[in-house]
Amino acid sequence: MHEQPSLEAAGRNEAPALRVMSGNEAIARGAWEAGVKVAAAYPGTPSTEILENIATYPAEDVEAQWATNEKVSVDVAIGASFAGARALAAMKHVGLNVAADAFMSQTYIGAHGGLVLVVCDDPGIHSSQNAQDTRLLCRLANAPVLEPADAQEALDFTRLAFDLSERFDTPVVVRGTTLLSHTRSQVRVGARKARETLGFSEDREKNVMTPTNARKRHPLLLEREAKLRAYFEEADITRWEQGSADFGVITVGTAYSYVREVAPTASILKLAGSYPLPEETIGRFCRSVGRVLVVEELEPVVETEIRAMGIAVAGKDCISRIGELSPDVVRDGLARAGFIAPAAKPEPLPGTEVVRPPVLCAGCSHVSTYMALRALDVRVAGDIGCYTLAATPPLLAIDTVVSMGSSIANAVGMAKAGTERPVVATIGDSTFLHAGIPALIDAVYNQADITVLLLDNHVTAMTGGQDHPGTGRTLRGADTHRVDYAELARACGVEWVETVDSYDLGALHRTVREAVQFKGVALVISDRPCVLDPVKIKGPAFTVLAADCTACQACLNIGCPSITWGDERYDGHYKAQIDDGCIGCTLCAQICPTGAIQLAQS
Amino acid sequence: MSDRPTNVLIVGVGGQGVILVSKVLTEVCQARGLAVKQSEVHGMAKRGGAVFSHVRFGREIWSPTIAQGEADVLLALEWAEGLRWLGHLSRAGTLIADTRRIVPLAACLDRSWGAQPAYPRRSPEDLLAGIANGFAIDATGIAMDLGNARVANTVVLGALSAVLGQPAEDWQPVLARNVPPKTVEVNHAAFARGRAWIESRPEPRPAASPPARQPVGATAPMNGVRLVITESWCKGCDICVKMCPERCLALNGAQVVELSDAGACTGCRVCEWLCPDFAITVDRGGQEPRA
Repeated sequence: MHEQPSLEAAGRNEAPALRVMSGNEAIARGAWEAGVKVAAAYPGTPSTEILENIATYPAEDVEAQWATNEKVSVDVAIGASFAGARALAAMKHVGLNVAADAFMSQTYIGAHGGLVLVVCDDPGIHSSQNAQDTRLLCRLANAPVLEPADAQEALDFTRLAFDLSERFDTPVVVRGTTLLSHTRSQVRVGARKARETLGFSEDREKNVMTPTNARKRHPLLLEREAKLRAYFEEADITRWEQGSADFGVITVGTAYSYVREVAPTASILKLAGSYPLPEETIGRFCRSVGRVLVVEELEPVVETEIRAMGIAVAGKDCISRIGELSPDVVRDGLARAGFIAPAAKPEPLPGTEVVRPPVLCAGCSHVSTYMALRALDVRVAGDIGCYTLAATPPLLAIDTVVSMGSSIANAVGMAKAGTERPVVATIGDSTFLHAGIPALIDAVYNQADITVLLLDNHVTAMTGGQDHPGTGRTLRGADTHRVDYAELARACGVEWVETVDSYDLGALHRTVREAVQFKGVALVISDRPCVLDPVKIKGPAFTVLAADCTACQACLNIGCPSITWGDERYDGHYKAQIDDGCIGCTLCAQICPTGAIQLAQS
Repeated sequence: MSDRPTNVLIVGVGGQGVILVSKVLTEVCQARGLAVKQSEVHGMAKRGGAVFSHVRFGREIWSPTIAQGEADVLLALEWAEGLRWLGHLSRAGTLIADTRRIVPLAACLDRSWGAQPAYPRRSPEDLLAGIANGFAIDATGIAMDLGNARVANTVVLGALSAVLGQPAEDWQPVLARNVPPKTVEVNHAAFARGRAWIESRPEPRPAASPPARQPVGATAPMNGVRLVITESWCKGCDICVKMCPERCLALNGAQVVELSDAGACTGCRVCEWLCPDFAITVDRGGQEPRA
């Protein structure tokens, strides 16, 4: 067994003042304890709750704010760092792409006040468009990355990241994953370290990234890398757990928990992060055991570096580069490497697959817009948000979805390339503010013939109902200026702008048809609040009068989760039924050809 | 207590309260001085998708998730979700499943004649026959009996507390602080009913089976259906094109309706009924309409 049992783990279970926290809550706590002064983020699963939790700490301690996008959030944090305060920006993995421009420059500048970027990956693609591995971007930026294994480390590493940032003059990335963010476990918390501001960083040679200055900074980056490498050689967050001499596992982040679970007797070198690596420690570890397997989620980042050191290790030849790790995956990987016997488990009980994809809510204000588009035989460039689900059955109303804000410029490209059908871009209010506005200006500037449908549901719905500049409220709930989309579009030069009630199907059909016929950029604002946030909307429910229903199932084409098949049949098809999830949006009643959908008698 | 952690997998559909159940269990374990990890995937939960939550507790916990075949308890708030996760249940484990069936919209999209919902037809009797300890509980029925269908998850929670053999007093205060104040009383009642249901030690056999749907007949392709269009009567008003649920009609160059996607037509007759000029008739070939 282990000669050095993890004291921290044993103690964690006994101390009375432990709190159960999710990884996101722990990251927020760690930042607050470190004395963070300014924190900004754009919501994105699985990172959203980090800023929401920071905002639960006193306003006099920390400025917590939603940014219009991730680049803005990072730039805000950078500004605070220049001004001498500790600052944090949190985002999901693809958010760092948006912020990468600032990040790649700032790594040359370094950090005055501690500067921490928390980036949460989604290896299982639960709620994202890809599974990119943030660690590769950290390597590209020569910025150190810390990878917590559980909620306790999420707190400890976040707090430490601020110290490292100031000590080594660098932005520091804390990289999590969905499972880290959304796993709750016991955490020992500490007190907040009150911090005086360091004052503004008066150093233009360092803070102004002209080519002349950048050329001077580049070698300093490599010096910094060497210093950090030395730090990770010595620091106790690089943990060597001596076990079996036959084989050793090098692991990092949440993968560590699985290794401990399935191979309790292994020698383990648990790295604090994947860049920069403590090469000397890794070399000693590898020499101390017979064979070595690298266990890491997604890309072979650590493995590739170790191989480049001339050390033969197993890694992605045994464990998939695709998807989340699990105890099963890691156990199979260790077995494939010949480190443990294959699991001798009884056949699992036979399960049954159930088709239950996510759907738009009953009464969702996006649905009618896509019904109107389907009637028009147009090409639809979609965007990121709940409404991406309109690309799936039964709506099948979106042709393409790429990334935040892509729809409008995608539509410009489609129109310029020439298509046989009119081209429409659909984009939500929060996504429009995030990255849609430059594309709208581009469309007008380049005289594209497209229609833009702004699906304004007054909230950032997909991530659970966050405020944004179009809601007129801040993260802490204060009233603020509210963007007027119609005025904004006219100022950009859009000549045809109409606002229509999303629940008025007739008006919506008419307006969208006119917009598509308009030559040039037309903007339709389809306007209805989200039925879930900020207020749960519930109106009088509708019901199907079975005697009048002819089972044409036209109402099922709405994709409303409250409309399914009832028990009665008509001519070989099930009649529709409406369950108690109905919020009374009236769409189904508006399209029922036989008038069988009526207000339920209470 | 043994060194081996206890693994509880809680599954259901968005909105059923999977997260509440796992939160209460986690806090109860914490209060009892155990190490506990609870992890969930809830990115799309609000949108009617499947929700699951792993809770592991014991002396020392590493992995936040439960390996296949290693759940000591599988707690299903919805029938088919229980079936989906069965492979995670240990051969010696306990299944507690609400017999409530939430048939998703996606199971109701097949428009072929005589189509059945794409929802598992496995009955509780059949399922429990193959499981060491199985309880099929009509938790939603019990909750409705208490006047609030939404506390079905608390009924199941009560059942879980009994299966884990833990005293009710450990659970009630935790439950009370995790539910809206107005619903504390009904939640306590629901918890007690679920607990009593297990403690009365009914034979591990199901409550009444959910009603099985009678098959309508073999699923038949619509190749027998023919649209008879009297072209001279069609004035191209577009009503049938716009109203066709399957979008299989179109106006041709002469502004006369035609069947543009014969494979999609289900013979629902909406076009026939709505045509103001009686220009369309649906001919179902030999297939007899049934009431």
